[in-house]
Amino acid sequence: MPKVTFNGFSGGTHTVEVPPGTTLMRAATDNRVPGIDGDCGGNCACATCHVYVDPDWSDRVGARTATEEDMLNLVPDLRGNSRLACQITLTDALNGLVIGLPESQH
Amino acid sequence: MKTINSLESVSIRAAARARTAVLPLAELNPADPQGFVDDTVGYVFERLRREDPVHRSHSPIPGIDAYWSVTRYRDIMQVDTSHNIYSSEDGITLMDFPPGDEQKLQMFIAMDPPKHDEQRKAVSSIVAPANLNNWQDLIRQRTGRVLDSLPRNETFNWVDLVSIELTTYMLATLLDFPVEDRRLLTHWSDISTANKLTNPDAPEPEVRMAELRKMLQYFTRLWNERINAPPRTDLISMLAHGPATRNMGPAQFMGNLVLLIVGGNDTTRNSMTGGLLALHDHPQEMAKLRADPGLVDSLVPEIIRWQTPLAYMRRTALVDTELGGKQIRRGDKLAMWYLSGNRDESAIPEPNHFIVDRERPRQHLSFGFGIHRCVGNRLAELQLKILWEELLRRFEAIEVVGEPTRVRSSFVRGFSHLPVRIPA
Repeated sequence: MPKVTFNGFSGGTHTVEVPPGTTLMRAATDNRVPGIDGDCGGNCACATCHVYVDPDWSDRVGARTATEEDMLNLVPDLRGNSRLACQITLTDALNGLVIGLPESQH
Repeated sequence: MKTINSLESVSIRAAARARTAVLPLAELNPADPQGFVDDTVGYVFERLRREDPVHRSHSPIPGIDAYWSVTRYRDIMQVDTSHNIYSSEDGITLMDFPPGDEQKLQMFIAMDPPKHDEQRKAVSSIVAPANLNNWQDLIRQRTGRVLDSLPRNETFNWVDLVSIELTTYMLATLLDFPVEDRRLLTHWSDISTANKLTNPDAPEPEVRMAELRKMLQYFTRLWNERINAPPRTDLISMLAHGPATRNMGPAQFMGNLVLLIVGGNDTTRNSMTGGLLALHDHPQEMAKLRADPGLVDSLVPEIIRWQTPLAYMRRTALVDTELGGKQIRRGDKLAMWYLSGNRDESAIPEPNHFIVDRERPRQHLSFGFGIHRCVGNRLAELQLKILWEELLRRFEAIEVVGEPTRVRSSFVRGFSHLPVRIPA
C-alpha cells in the first residue's frame, strides 16, 4: 500500500497509508490530515486540496490537467510544483511520496 | 417548541403542492418570486428533478423570458465547471438588461477568464484562510457585543438586530468603512439588487441609479484617501494599489464593490436567520448541538446547504451543446438551481433532513463550484461559526415566536423579518 507524507505549512507531519487507487485528496481527508478540505468531493472544482509536490517526485506524479490549471490559477500561493490532490491517484509507484501544504489552507 | 405555522400558511403550502403536481410540465417556472415568498418552490424542484431535470422554463417577466432550469446536483456541477462552454459575461441573474444599459455593472463574478482571474486574485487574499486568523478576534469581540445588547424577554426582529447588524459590521471592518455609517452598506446592498420588474415594492430605476451614484461618490472619496496613503490590508486599499485593479474605470470599481457588498451581506445575513429557523424547526438537532457544541463545525456547512442563500446562478451558452439529453443552443440562458441541487437525493443522503452531524457536510452547492466559487466562503463560515459558538454559550433558549417574512426574489433566498424572543 502506498505511503504518503504530508508536511504542514507551520510544521506538523502526517504519514498515511492507503490502498492503491485512492486519490491523494481522499488519502488526506479520510485520515483527517489538516489543511485539505476537498469541498467538491474530487471534481477539480473548489481548489481546497492545493498541495506542493516534492520536486523529487514531480516526474512520477505527472502534469496538471487543463481544468486543474484553471482552478490553480485562482489560488493565492501558486508555485511551479502546485497540484490539486484530487487529481493525483496513488499507486505503488508513488509509495513514499512527500507533499507540502500551502499557507492559505493551514 | 415547533414553528408556529398559521393555518393560512399551511393551506397556502398544501394548495401550492397540489397545484404543482397537476400543472403541465411546460408551465413550471421556478423563477416565479411568489414561490420564494411562500417557500413553496421546493415542490416545483421536486417534480423537475424527477420528471424533467433540465427543463425549458418560461417566465412572464420581460427580460427573463425563456431559460433552462438545471435542477440536479451533477448537471449543475457540470455547468459550473465548464466555463469554456457556459459563460458568465452576460450576467449572473436571469434578468437581461437592454444592451448599453447603465444598470449593467462590471464585476468579476460576471466576467470570463482571463479578466476574471486577474480581478478575483486582487481581492481573494484578504479573505483567504491564512488571513482570516487576523480577523477572528475582532469578529468574536464584535459578535459578543451585538449579542449582549439584545433585548431579553421581549420580541424583536432577529433579521435586523442580529443578521444585518453582524454582517454589516463585518463588511465595514473589511472595507475599513466608517463604522457609524455602516447601515449605508446594507442600504446600498438592498438597492443594488432591487428590481422593479420582479418586485413591485422596489424603487424606480432612476431612484435606484441615483442611490448607486451616491454610493460611487462615497467610495470614490475612500478610494482617493487610500490611494494617496501607503497600502493597507483593507479591501479598498488593496483594490486601489493592486496592479490588476488600480486602473479600473468607475463602472468596474462600482461593479466590484457591489459584488463584495452584496456577496458579503445578503448571503451570510440570510444564513444567520435561516440557521436559527432550521434549528428551531428541528428541536432534536438543537438538542444534539447543545449536548456537543463541537458540532458547530458541521452545523455551519449544513446551515449553508439548508438555506442556500443564493438560489441560483445564471450562465449563457457560448456554443451549441448538450446537457442531460437536452439540446442547448448558443445564447440560451441557464439557471443552475443550487437550491434544487442541494435537495437532490442522488447526490446528498437524506437531503430533506437538517442534520447537524452530517457525514460530508461540505459537499453542497451553495458556494458554487469551478472558477467562480464564492471567494468569501471561508469568511462566511467563520462568521457563522463564531455566531453559533457565542449564542450557545450565552443563551439557554432562543425562541422563534412567529413566522418568518421571506424576500420577494428568486435569486436572493432570504428573510426580512423573524420574530424572536430570548427569555431573561
